[in-house]
Amino acid sequence: MAVKTLGRPRAKGGAAGPLQSLLWRWQWLRPALLLVPPLAWFVVVYLTSLVLLLITAFWTIDSFTSQIVQVWNVENFRTIAVDPTYRLIVVRTVALAALVTVTDATLAFPFAYFMARVASRRTQTFLFAAVLLPLWASYLARVYAWILILNHNGLLNWSLQSIGLPPANIGYSNVAMWIVFSYIWLPFMIIPTYAALERVPESLLEAAADLGARRWRAVRDVVLPLAMPGVVAGSIFTFSLTLGDFITPILIGGAGGKGLRDFLGGSTFIGNVIYTNVGIASNVPFAAALATVPVVIMAVYLLGAKRLGAFEAL
Amino acid sequence: MEGTWTKLALRIWAALILLFLFIPILLILLYAFNTSNIESWPIPGLTLKWFKATWEDHEVRTALLLSLQAGLGATALALVLGSCAAFAIHRMTFFGRDVVSLLFVLPLALPGIITGIALRAFFHFNGVSLSIWTIVVGHTTFCIVVVYNNVLARLRRTQGSLVEAAMDLGANGFQTFRDITLPLISTAVVAGAMLAFALSFDEVIVTTFTAGAQNTLPIWIFGAIRLGQRLPEVNVVVSFVILVTIIPVVIAARLTGGGGAARVPAAASPPRG
Repeated sequence: MAVKTLGRPRAKGGAAGPLQSLLWRWQWLRPALLLVPPLAWFVVVYLTSLVLLLITAFWTIDSFTSQIVQVWNVENFRTIAVDPTYRLIVVRTVALAALVTVTDATLAFPFAYFMARVASRRTQTFLFAAVLLPLWASYLARVYAWILILNHNGLLNWSLQSIGLPPANIGYSNVAMWIVFSYIWLPFMIIPTYAALERVPESLLEAAADLGARRWRAVRDVVLPLAMPGVVAGSIFTFSLTLGDFITPILIGGAGGKGLRDFLGGSTFIGNVIYTNVGIASNVPFAAALATVPVVIMAVYLLGAKRLGAFEAL
Repeated sequence: MEGTWTKLALRIWAALILLFLFIPILLILLYAFNTSNIESWPIPGLTLKWFKATWEDHEVRTALLLSLQAGLGATALALVLGSCAAFAIHRMTFFGRDVVSLLFVLPLALPGIITGIALRAFFHFNGVSLSIWTIVVGHTTFCIVVVYNNVLARLRRTQGSLVEAAMDLGANGFQTFRDITLPLISTAVVAGAMLAFALSFDEVIVTTFTAGAQNTLPIWIFGAIRLGQRLPEVNVVVSFVILVTIIPVVIAARLTGGGGAARVPAAASPPRG
């Protein structure tokens, strides 16, 4: 706003006058003042907390008194790296997060393609709303719904039996976790994929067709690469949200069997170990050290996503 | 354009995904009317008795009250802080702008458990005992970004010339803000507040770490499902939470033309036309 006002009243209120003209002269000051409260909140509350968490990770607890001993050491990190139990938990969490991400991308892409490039405007608006609702509808409610469905006497087994198939009995297992996570985060994948597909100009497809590409070839060589940043953007959410969860593993994970239904050999996630160590086990330094694992994984993931152009899609 | 068969296949796929998305939600709503206290399918009959029982449950009422208070508190704070941030970032061009934006998104991009235990460590370190206020602080931290995104998006679409015209016509800074800027952004602010409340009302992970002995509604639900207790009441409470989280979103989507309620940061453009 370079326009200086012509009829601007000169210092109407006595006390506000000098301050107002000061703010007028230094226009940059006003937004800067506005930025102070939110920035202060984030620096004082959030960043300080994160730094504190990181520092705590380098402390230990006294095994007799359970009091935190503020002596710098890397014992917690060593335990995580060396102990096969924790290594397995990290691998299991990352593996399921990756599986959920791939599943969601597979489910979402044709849906988003239909939404962006085939459906009429009206259908498009309807579908957009239809994806928004489950995106926001209570997380716990949706996990609980699947407990009821996969339950021994639930909708799934009833449906299977009514068409003459044996019951599936996949409640409280790794398969259940896979289904529930894929279900819950699916809208997070659909929306960015749809947004990316929507932005692909029709003219590019016409050009591809003019150059002799069949429709499938055009989809593979033109649409898919252009939609990729959207899929990657969605994957940030599906991956990160699965990586840090502990509610779903507690509610629908299994005790860990050997069969196909427990293909990850247990349902303890990184988040569960953190949760237990903050709560019952009260070893906050260890929990803090373990919490750095998903942060580091996400940092690496975000760097990769940035290379694939996911941030331009956001 | 796609061939007929491809179109048909895509249409069927879309229908199946819609069923996948909505069957569980509709099922939960149906279970709330289940006459039996055993959760099996098919339900034997329909009743309203659990609604009465749930309403009269003291624990549920206390948890509901706490959730409402925490949600309103967090929404109010997020509204002020998020709007301030949006105005500042909109007007400023400085080198750290992107860093500040990233900082605001961080509580949603990082797994909630990180925010949760970090805040818990922070409160513990400063000798703050856990209460409704620590819940509010936690919720505000991740709600700010929703308000911020909505208001900033609206400010970017608003034409600066309107503000300039008002000032040319002699309005002072306050008058311009009250008569021009505020009406232009008000729906975005309301939408942001709606979404912030919906986000707070359903939050369970950060709350687990920042609540003391008190239960919010999601914490009560989590406990009850985990112990497999009072499931008929869980059905009712969970259906209620679905409605409370969906209604603000529907309003917000109407106010912003869809895109504002995308939740996935700024990723969505609302449908054309």
